[in-house]
Amino acid sequence: MSTVPFAIPRPTYPTGVWSWITTIDHKKIGVLYGVTAFVLFIIGGLEALLMRIQLTSSNQDIVSPEVFNQLFTMHGTTMIFLAVMPLSAAFFNFVIPLQIGARDVAFPRLNAFSYWTFLGGAILLNSSWFLGGATNAGWFGYAPLTSIEQNPGHGIDFWIISLQVLGVASLAAAFNFVVTIINMRAPGMSFMRLPLFTWMTFITAILLVLAFPVITVALIELYMDRTFGMNFFNVAAGGDPVLWQHLFWVFGHPEVYILILPAMGIVSEIIPTFSKKPLFGYGTVVLAGAIIAFMGWMVWSHHMFTVGLGPIPTSVFVITTMAIAVPTGIKVFNWMATIWGGSVDFKAPMLFAVGFIALFTIGGLSGVMHAAASSDAQQQDTYFIVAHIHYVLFGGAIVAIIGGIYYWFPKITGRMYNEMMAKVNFWVMFIGMNMAFFPMHFLGLDGMPRRIYTYDSNMGWDFWNGVSTVGVLVLGTSFLIFIINIVTSWRSGETAEADPWDGRTLEWSIASPPPEYNFEVIPTVYDRDAWWAEKRGKVQHGVPVGGGSDEEEHSIHMPQPSYWPLIVSIGLIISAYGLVFHSGNFIVASVGLLIGVIGVYAWAFEPVNEPE
Amino acid sequence: MAQATADHGEHEATTTGLNHRKMLMWAFLGSDCMFFGSLIATYLVYKNRSLEGPLPIDVFSIPTTSVSTFVLLMSSMSMVLAYSALRRNRMKTFRVWLASTAIMGMTFLAFQVFEFRVFANHEVVVDCHAPIGELSIVELSVRNDKTVGCEATGHDEVEKQVGLTPKTNLFGSTFFTLTGFHGAHVTIGVIWLLTMFFLSFKKGMVTPERNLDLDLAALYWHFVDIVWIIIFTVVYLFGVFPGFA
Amino acid sequence: MTQETQALQHEESHPTPGTYFKVAMILSILTAIEVGVFYLEFVGWGIIPILVLLSGAKFILVCMYYMHLKFDDRIFSTMFVAGLVTAAGVTLALMTLFSFFG
Repeated sequence: MSTVPFAIPRPTYPTGVWSWITTIDHKKIGVLYGVTAFVLFIIGGLEALLMRIQLTSSNQDIVSPEVFNQLFTMHGTTMIFLAVMPLSAAFFNFVIPLQIGARDVAFPRLNAFSYWTFLGGAILLNSSWFLGGATNAGWFGYAPLTSIEQNPGHGIDFWIISLQVLGVASLAAAFNFVVTIINMRAPGMSFMRLPLFTWMTFITAILLVLAFPVITVALIELYMDRTFGMNFFNVAAGGDPVLWQHLFWVFGHPEVYILILPAMGIVSEIIPTFSKKPLFGYGTVVLAGAIIAFMGWMVWSHHMFTVGLGPIPTSVFVITTMAIAVPTGIKVFNWMATIWGGSVDFKAPMLFAVGFIALFTIGGLSGVMHAAASSDAQQQDTYFIVAHIHYVLFGGAIVAIIGGIYYWFPKITGRMYNEMMAKVNFWVMFIGMNMAFFPMHFLGLDGMPRRIYTYDSNMGWDFWNGVSTVGVLVLGTSFLIFIINIVTSWRSGETAEADPWDGRTLEWSIASPPPEYNFEVIPTVYDRDAWWAEKRGKVQHGVPVGGGSDEEEHSIHMPQPSYWPLIVSIGLIISAYGLVFHSGNFIVASVGLLIGVIGVYAWAFEPVNEPE
Repeated sequence: MAQATADHGEHEATTTGLNHRKMLMWAFLGSDCMFFGSLIATYLVYKNRSLEGPLPIDVFSIPTTSVSTFVLLMSSMSMVLAYSALRRNRMKTFRVWLASTAIMGMTFLAFQVFEFRVFANHEVVVDCHAPIGELSIVELSVRNDKTVGCEATGHDEVEKQVGLTPKTNLFGSTFFTLTGFHGAHVTIGVIWLLTMFFLSFKKGMVTPERNLDLDLAALYWHFVDIVWIIIFTVVYLFGVFPGFA
Repeated sequence: MTQETQALQHEESHPTPGTYFKVAMILSILTAIEVGVFYLEFVGWGIIPILVLLSGAKFILVCMYYMHLKFDDRIFSTMFVAGLVTAAGVTLALMTLFSFFG
């Protein structure tokens, strides 16, 4: 069998912990992503809690300014890269193959590699707390505050290298999903019959592969300056720190659409399901998503309105930024039109989806206010922006993701969550969220800057800061409720049926939880909302579009697990530590590289399926 | 069937009929365009902004770089001929063209290393009688140098080593980072090609049926070549054009 | 799609080695012209569009023939062009914002 050099037999039917370590099954990988990301979300939340406690009232010194700087930097970096993105990835992983009628993703081992690399990056970044101090220059790391002169020590290097590692993980996953969605759809599933969540994932993946390389280059340039004394952002040599801002935000703005489009996809699944109506204007919603992604490349300097770009560039970006509100608004109207006239069932997922619409719209309103450069001149770098960010990212992305967790919980675990507790969860979260973040609008307009560790009592900011902290405590409570619900239900909740919601898409057509091979028979798709169509007998026996599967049911061979994705990840992380500390002329980095290269070769020559 | 190797995917049915890995490679190349685009953008944004040190016109040797560019271009030809030979089961021809490609790649890298070392050891020679208006920034700095300059030494001709390194100025940083990462891409390509070359001696590893493996390597290789086509024009040719430099 | 249809797709037109040689000759000539034009004094600022066109032609020839895009499914071209266009757009935007064009 193994006539191949480097051939080490693949693990056969591992159990317990090994089955998780060597898994290449998208469903297991999805669970790994979800649990890991949620833990990191809590860590990011604790970082926020510490900041809020410090800011509750004036002139406190519970947290020193140096630590505070690390807290807000790590909070932002964690929430964006280690919480929201991987939580979305958890759904991409678990749900996409099921929605398109596939047995796995196009590159199962690459998928596992993405997860382990993400975990490695998360550990790398957070280990900085214990290895000399975390990064402290904001999640956007503006030069020259990140220069080696102004920021000696390894905090910034941890940030740079972790983001590169996380970038590798995200890119690998994005490539995987682009190919999977194009190339593994069931027969008859044309693009215009794709579930909305799959569509939004596809668009997000395209954004990822185009945007990430830009921040990769920015981070390389910063690393070069810090480590090798190059001049990319060195003013004395003629370098321009504003270049950093441009490169960062050319990535950074598409990044926020990467954060929100999957959430919008989740909402676009939940609302039709619980309104018992197809999504109003499917084509328009898809097109709006694509337009948002396209236009997202033309607005980045609205993060730089106060840098002094000049009246013409500023005006251009004002116009493009206002324009991008239009496709977003279109989606909101389509969701509302879906609910209107539907047979609405306000189960917990639906509460979260509707909550998303309300909260994201509020965030969008403050966003449009920032779009006007003149008013942004007052709002920039104040808590008004913090309010906007949290309405769109918490009220938007997180609320939708929690809704998605409840929605797909039966499918993933085979159990039902506790409905009453979930509804309480929603309301406590909704109240807490608004208490925590609405006051920030007032504080911002009242002049409270971002990223300050304390303020004087004569500023008049004490009251709303106090309210905000109470709100955060309420939010924390809501997450306790969530954790209790999820953990107890997973252990001993009521057994779930395959299709508890009378769902519309293919994942509801198979058992809860699905068997390893997902579909015993790859379905043939005749309509949008394929499962709903099948259930309601709307099947037309025409010629299916595209697709290909001529397997026999009795010989479903799933690829076997593998060690190598993890090994390559480990090599990458060792390299990463070597790059952060770069003592001894990069010996550690080279060792990591060697391990990675060996792993890649072993991966390439590994047999796909060992005949039994 | 004992096809116990990674070609299982080649016979898997796909929605478009296209191979997963080939699609992955094209998606990757599209993404890599953004990577090189950002590096080139940085280079262009900083063009003509160096405050000191050698500039393109001081160090570039168009004849030398034309040769290395030509070598890389011809390596694309040998790459595609290797692929063509493999498809037609001309194994010896295939190996010759594949080895040639790898050798030309290594030649290109050798030229790069040589060029970088020349830049780092660049010596500036200034004729003290030349009109000041004709001197470049770095020539002026050597002319006026307090130790070895024209006034200081009283010589007719003065010289000083003013190397171009990544630390010297904006040109050094942007140039070496851009060409360095291009060179790293070439190096990975050479390793990939050599791997396939040595593998081809083991029975059944590199065959006409499995030509996709070579196709993927070839696509990567051609990409690395076309990136250099852009770099040669934008960095080198435009770099020393009198109006631009 | 069945395996037969897939096999048929692989039989799509492949240029002969002769074609590849011809393309290589054209690439060499284009490079020679680029370098030659570069030494002609009278060209002046016109050298910019000339070099852009010449290197663009080389780029396209390698993509279409060596990378086989001319004969392959349009999806591959779309993926590549998307990256190329976005990269070019971002580059030009940054150059403009940094007053490269005066």
